Amino acid sequence: MSRIGVFTCHCGENINGTVDCGKVAESARGVPGVVHSVDYKYMCSDPGQSLIKEAIREHRLTGVVVAACSPRMHEPTFRNAVAEAGLNPYLCEMANLREHCSWVHEKGEATTAKAADLVRVMVEKVKHDQPLQPIRVPVTKRALVLGGGIAGIQAALDIANAGHKVVLVEKSPSIGGHMSQLSETFPTLDCSQCILTPRMVEAARHPNITLYTYAELEKLEGFIGNFKATIRRKARSLDEKLCTGCGLCTTKCPNKKIKDEFNEGLATRGAIYVPFPQAVPNKPVIDKLNCTYYKTGKCKLCEKVCPTGAIRFDQEDELVTLDVGAIVLATGFKLMKTDQFPEYGYGKYKDVVDGMQFERLASASGPTAGAMKRPSDGKAPETVVFVACSGSRDRSKGVPYCSKVCCMYTAKHAMLYKHKMHHGKAYVFYMDIRSSGKDYDEFVRRAIEEDDVSYIRGRVSRIYEEDGQLIVQGADTLQNGRPVEIKADLVVLATAVQAQDGSEALAQKLHVSYDPYHFFAEAHPKLKPVETNTAGIFLAGACQAPRDIPETVAQASGAAAKVAGLFSRDELTREPVVAVVNRLPAPTFSYCVGCFLCQSACPYQAIEQEQIKARDGSVIRTLAKVNAGLCQGCGTCVATCRTKAIDIQGFSNEQIFAEIMTL
Amino acid sequence: MTGSPHPSAPSETLKAKVEQATGVKLNHCYQCGKCTAGCPVAQDMDLTSCQILRLVQFGDPAWDRQALQSEGIWLCLACETCSTRCPQEVAVPKVMDFLRAEAVRRDLAHPRSRDILAFHRAFMDSVRATGRLYEIGLVADYKVRSRHFLKDVMLAPRMLVRGKLPLLPHLIKGRDAMKRIFQRTLGVKP
Amino acid sequence: MRIGYYPGCSLLGSSREFDESTRAVAEAIGLELVTVPDWNCCGASSAHVLDHQLSLALPARILALAEAAGLTELLAPCAACYNRLCSARTELEADPAAREAISRIIELPYQGRVKVVNILEVLDRCQDRLKAKATAPLGRKVACYYGCLLVRPPRVVAFDRPEDPMSMDRLMVLAGAEPLAWNHKTECCGAAFSVTRTDLVARMSGRIVAGAAKAGAEAIVVACPMCHSNLDMRRPECNALLQADHQLPVLFITQALGLAMGLDPVRLGLQRHMVPALLQPAAAGAKA
Repeated sequence: MSRIGVFTCHCGENINGTVDCGKVAESARGVPGVVHSVDYKYMCSDPGQSLIKEAIREHRLTGVVVAACSPRMHEPTFRNAVAEAGLNPYLCEMANLREHCSWVHEKGEATTAKAADLVRVMVEKVKHDQPLQPIRVPVTKRALVLGGGIAGIQAALDIANAGHKVVLVEKSPSIGGHMSQLSETFPTLDCSQCILTPRMVEAARHPNITLYTYAELEKLEGFIGNFKATIRRKARSLDEKLCTGCGLCTTKCPNKKIKDEFNEGLATRGAIYVPFPQAVPNKPVIDKLNCTYYKTGKCKLCEKVCPTGAIRFDQEDELVTLDVGAIVLATGFKLMKTDQFPEYGYGKYKDVVDGMQFERLASASGPTAGAMKRPSDGKAPETVVFVACSGSRDRSKGVPYCSKVCCMYTAKHAMLYKHKMHHGKAYVFYMDIRSSGKDYDEFVRRAIEEDDVSYIRGRVSRIYEEDGQLIVQGADTLQNGRPVEIKADLVVLATAVQAQDGSEALAQKLHVSYDPYHFFAEAHPKLKPVETNTAGIFLAGACQAPRDIPETVAQASGAAAKVAGLFSRDELTREPVVAVVNRLPAPTFSYCVGCFLCQSACPYQAIEQEQIKARDGSVIRTLAKVNAGLCQGCGTCVATCRTKAIDIQGFSNEQIFAEIMTL
Repeated sequence: MTGSPHPSAPSETLKAKVEQATGVKLNHCYQCGKCTAGCPVAQDMDLTSCQILRLVQFGDPAWDRQALQSEGIWLCLACETCSTRCPQEVAVPKVMDFLRAEAVRRDLAHPRSRDILAFHRAFMDSVRATGRLYEIGLVADYKVRSRHFLKDVMLAPRMLVRGKLPLLPHLIKGRDAMKRIFQRTLGVKP
Repeated sequence: MRIGYYPGCSLLGSSREFDESTRAVAEAIGLELVTVPDWNCCGASSAHVLDHQLSLALPARILALAEAAGLTELLAPCAACYNRLCSARTELEADPAAREAISRIIELPYQGRVKVVNILEVLDRCQDRLKAKATAPLGRKVACYYGCLLVRPPRVVAFDRPEDPMSMDRLMVLAGAEPLAWNHKTECCGAAFSVTRTDLVARMSGRIVAGAAKAGAEAIVVACPMCHSNLDMRRPECNALLQADHQLPVLFITQALGLAMGLDPVRLGLQRHMVPALLQPAAAGAKA
């Protein structure tokens, strides 16, 4: 005998402003099986919840329907309240009168009638509800951090210091990321590598951190607390145990013409190389695409000179499988290159460089040892033009967003240039100055007031080269759009911050959402900035959106805190809304005929095969079996099953049809 | 002069008329100046493209008038450099076309537009009458309208000698249809 | 091989040599040009300044006539005509109501089935035939000048890149010439201001001529009658403003290709230019 309680919420005016909640409560009283029906202003509040709990005890309710907002909002709230009153929480359902009714219709009788129908349907469902128990799964207390820039390093250190194991995976041969390429950082003008390398070394030495460099994620399976990750450790062509990092091989490599990625193409490296002197690990790697031996079978000079015989040309990639409980995505960003600008020369002018290239020119470890020398002829540039907003805030280039960091680093670049060349002239073409962090605006004012950097408000229409100089055609909109033409020796484009190459593919591997620009999507823009919609996967740094270093470090620590929170429990509870294949006594065993259409349909690989065996060990039947740990309750298998042998707990076929028939 | 946005309905502003006629949304312009920076005649304009768009974007009738009365709108030669490079994809030449027509409609056209209008009207007169451009007719018509009787007077014989100046107009068969086309679009002969 | 042909008003008059050289080259490579019967003026720069509907109607009539004549593609050598035809076609393509309205105005059914191509596109398609016939390589340094209307706005004309285009340069390589890298390929020559603001044309075209000369060009190659007129006919005004005496000739692309194919310069209309252009291929040893 059903004894169901219906609780209709006004949600302030959100529902009651459009739906007559009193009428809804009254019509619910007339539904067979309903023994108690009330309405109240805020059901989710303490007194509201008490109403429900008292009613359960007083009227000996066997089921509860809360007609209110979306279950995505408050289902956990009401289920907890119901559990506290001693009723199985899965006997509590919500009818969505807000998102499905009051928010999408005009006030009127038809709307109230619809609300009453929604309630009636839910009552029908609850009548067929079974009490369910949550599923418990163990948590693997090891984290996987993808990306070894400042975000990944910070997250790894924080998780490791909380006492948990971390595997840090980095695609390039060394950790450090873009921060290691910077010359100085705003707003303090700290030497970037000086503040970064101690962290890099700490991460490499930390007993809880395993570092895999020159490695990438190959595959990911599983779910929160129970992921299985396969990492591909690319072959360095080196026995790391024997290599001492002496660097002799890198000096002897005859192939010296390869464009150096760390120096953004402004210098060259050999085929066997260490990306930069402070690399961690400080062990070289052979670039197989450009190495003479791998291409033609000749050379092997590095092998000959290596004092410890560490070179291994026959080394293969290694696949490592790991069990991890949580993943932190910290794969960073890429900077748009100058070849994306037709009006600035399609990247063919050597003296038109992007922000990162200027960092390398200014850096003491760069191709010019920090002296201001322009790439084309090595002459000191007497006039430098910095073009802010290059490619950002630009619908026509497909990048309508602001890249956040360029206003600050442009001011920094202009200051660095002026500090190195006191008599040089620096101009910045800008649209707005976005300097909202702590000490940021003062930093920009310093460039203008103390270092005599000339700021011109206007965009640059065209840059071309004539007589060894770059003609920059801009405008000064603060002088009514007056055209301004400057002959520069060097032009620095503050190009747009974009998502890292391969972000889309990685997101799909991880089943993580991403936005149209391939930045990974946070679970909620305001309140959940470090989580994704995929449970157990967290975000840190510029892979989510353009971001400066202080914010990246803060976000990385935030992600680490979430991971530590997850690892503070030994077990995770999962919703029992999962698929189940029915089981009957012998000789039927089940309606399942073993066609396994469900197995091919399941997007989560949650269906396995189970053999029913006779006493002598021979197989009588092979049936489908659902792995409750992997099942997400999507229902695809239920729709596919021809014999209706598989069903979802809490959303059974019987329940759905009962709901439909009552309408 | 201080400006106050239009007091009456937003749909009656010049900005709204521009959007309705050309599809260009002036609110997209964020006055970055890239159009003016690349405009080959910016240095000759009293009001540059950046300024003109800002004046119309604001929605003050006095500012609208200022834009319509400028010489700048007449100097635009539709080279499309601005629209090609505009980061917000604003079709500036379409706006200029509309402002020119509106300036003529409201009798606000700058005095120095006279010659430019005279040329274009002479050109179209020739097309209306014959279906094609009759260059001698164009020049004669232009000189009468503009009173620049002696302009390029030495050019004609040089062109004649090189066979570049047909003496007789070519009359297309669909001449009458041409007149009706003009009637339906440009309207009565200006 | 045949294609619809729309010469436009300037090709019958002030840029007659563009028509002559196009026909000569077409004949030499076996391309039949089928002129649109009873074609009218496309409206050029003047129609769109005066009335938007008129600027759509005039090109629409041409395209409707071409379609009625059974043509699927229309070659418009004049860059301005090409641009107006493309603009009208693009605007009418998006809006069926506009197509109906324009059909009523022009008294002809407009369906928008005819594609519009420019001279560089067509020559590019016929590369192999051109290469086969290019027996007298020009051997000269040339500056290819595209002007505005062949390459902008990029969504309407959509055939070569709007900054630093290369289609004409590639054709000049075929002709055995050396196309130079220079900075003024797509800057405006002054367009329709030839008569009403000759001072502006002198400055703008002067800049182009000076730029070509500075880059070491022996000739400027163009594909637009208006550009040709401004760079050639208005050369005295340019030189006066620049206080220089630049005599480098301005050739239409079809004239340059015609010379490389060994065609008679007079047939290509080279005697019609204001700046002397009877250029001999360098291999012949004689200079202009």
